Amino acid sequence: MRGGYCGKILRVNLTTGEIKKEELDLGIAKKFIGGRGLGSYILFKEIDPAVDPLSPENKIIFATGPLTGSSAPTSRYMVITKSPLTGAIACSNSGGFWGAELKFAGYDLIIVEGKAQNPSYIYIKDDTVEIKDAKACWGKLVSETTELLQNEVGDPKARVLTIGPAGEKLSPIAAIMNEKYRAAGRSGVGAVMGSKNLKAIVVRGSGKVKSADQEKTKKLLSNLIKKIKENGVTGQGLPKYGTAVLVNIINEHGIFPTNNFQKAYFPLADAISGETLAEKYLVKKDPCYHCPIACGRYCKVDDEEGGGPEYETVWAFGADCGVSDLSAIIKANNLCNEYGLDTISAGATIACAMELYEKGYIKKEELDGPELKFGSAEAIIEWTRKMGAGEGFGAKLALGSYRLAESYGVSELSMSVKKQELPAYDPRGVQGHGLQYATSNRGGCHVRGYLISPEVLGVPEKLDRFSLEGKAKWAKLFQDLTAVIDSLGLCLFTSFAFDLNDYCELYNCIVGETFTPEDMLIAGERIWNLERLFNLQAGISPEEDTLPKRLLEEPIPEGPSKGHVHRLKELLPEYYRVRGWDEKGIPTPEKLKALGL
Amino acid sequence: MKVEIRLFATFREGRFKKEVWELPEGTKVIDVLNLLGIKPEEVAILLVNGMNAEPEYVLKDGDYISLFPPVGGG
Repeated sequence: MRGGYCGKILRVNLTTGEIKKEELDLGIAKKFIGGRGLGSYILFKEIDPAVDPLSPENKIIFATGPLTGSSAPTSRYMVITKSPLTGAIACSNSGGFWGAELKFAGYDLIIVEGKAQNPSYIYIKDDTVEIKDAKACWGKLVSETTELLQNEVGDPKARVLTIGPAGEKLSPIAAIMNEKYRAAGRSGVGAVMGSKNLKAIVVRGSGKVKSADQEKTKKLLSNLIKKIKENGVTGQGLPKYGTAVLVNIINEHGIFPTNNFQKAYFPLADAISGETLAEKYLVKKDPCYHCPIACGRYCKVDDEEGGGPEYETVWAFGADCGVSDLSAIIKANNLCNEYGLDTISAGATIACAMELYEKGYIKKEELDGPELKFGSAEAIIEWTRKMGAGEGFGAKLALGSYRLAESYGVSELSMSVKKQELPAYDPRGVQGHGLQYATSNRGGCHVRGYLISPEVLGVPEKLDRFSLEGKAKWAKLFQDLTAVIDSLGLCLFTSFAFDLNDYCELYNCIVGETFTPEDMLIAGERIWNLERLFNLQAGISPEEDTLPKRLLEEPIPEGPSKGHVHRLKELLPEYYRVRGWDEKGIPTPEKLKALGL
Repeated sequence: MKVEIRLFATFREGRFKKEVWELPEGTKVIDVLNLLGIKPEEVAILLVNGMNAEPEYVLKDGDYISLFPPVGGG
């Protein structure tokens, strides 16, 4: 008996209204595991990578992994499409319940093609799939849309994935939200939905995800859950403080980017820390489907309550904008959730605008809102709202930091890679992590190879964060392993407690396979190379494997990482070698052959 | 000599966030851990002046210690 995969793909063409159910090619699915890997394979096969991301010719794929919705701990889905922010392949990843629900309805993934004539949404209830009119919720905020659609389908338990006004207005930093507060945040995937006139996908399923070997799975799971509970990070730190527990850790190492990466130490960090969040604003934990970790937060400030904020969000609107008012950060986070904006890109774009204002590029007369001054709590709230609504100067901010800075002729002041805003770790003090920023297939990103884990947290072993030794190998290993974890449909946080063998065993038990750990890792490498090939054909040159000039040339001015720059030039050739690519960063024919690509 | 002690996450429970202690010359980090009632194996990240350090490190005037239990995120 086989398990994990549902064995069915849903294909919806919004131009023609045609809905097809296709058999999943299990051989291909296993070759690319599922989720991110399988979605990337299908996207690459079905679209020209050079296509305009906001044209009907682009496709958007909602993909689960074989373990999404299964008895394995944690559950995620991914959105794969060509990104309007980076022009590269996008794969945004979200938790919550929506991905599991899609599996319960019987589908491994949905491929959405074309463009609807009018605002529409897709309603899936097991075998019944309909394209429905979404005029009533077009223009509405995320929470209102969620409730409207649950009412319309008459099912308060229906899971709603939707875009907000930012996605409708095609902001390249628009997110896709599910269960109101969970985000497939990065790379502007929300704008791709908007460009297709697709407001939402509502799902309800009554099935189950089977395990090939139920007895063995049960035994394995009790061992794995124990690992999660006994691990200090997944058993104590994350459940108690959420991801924002990192604020103080990263700041104490002097790698907490402050004022648009002009500094790397924020003296007021404790005021915006996970500890302070737990003490002052936390109402309850808000876990995703089948998650024993429960890092999700649910907070209340004044009369507002909602999900989050996460570490990256706290940093983007906090230290990066010089703001130490945690209540204002929570409000900005709520606005991002409601308007459907990526919190990292939105916060980092305001930080960039603050530097442009400080340096005199943005003039006071241009602003139809509060002054863009570092430290202004009022500015982060009001400009986030205006970005989300696409109002006045906010519409310019909604283009993201790269396009904003470029319009003033100073694109180097955008702290981004491949036009996507960098997250909350200054690479000048974490050399391996910086290498993976530069080489990430979706541009500036921390979750394509989270080297903070060994370089700062000491998991699985402690590395010298300033040293270059072995970092190229570590970057490759983490990138390939992450591609495996994503593609399985599991949360990256399980990797604090699990190793490759655990993932492999779990996959084998649930799917009914006999993969070796090495097979899994090679699948991860295959996925990484496939994404790379997509990007090369999309016209992303290896010269874009770089970091903002500031991080390569200006030493960190103060704090524990003072005096360091990122030494990318020394690391990149070694990385290309370790990857089996040529010196220009192109995968060699031998490497591709060996990977079966 | 004066040494600043910064505690984070669960280490704060029943203790403090930040204090400056007057300590005799030659005091090691491990001595401070003993005074705090924190076992070295409970410490996941030990920094002196923002850099990784060992419990045997001999403290100097003006040093600051940051102590974290196992925590992480992203």
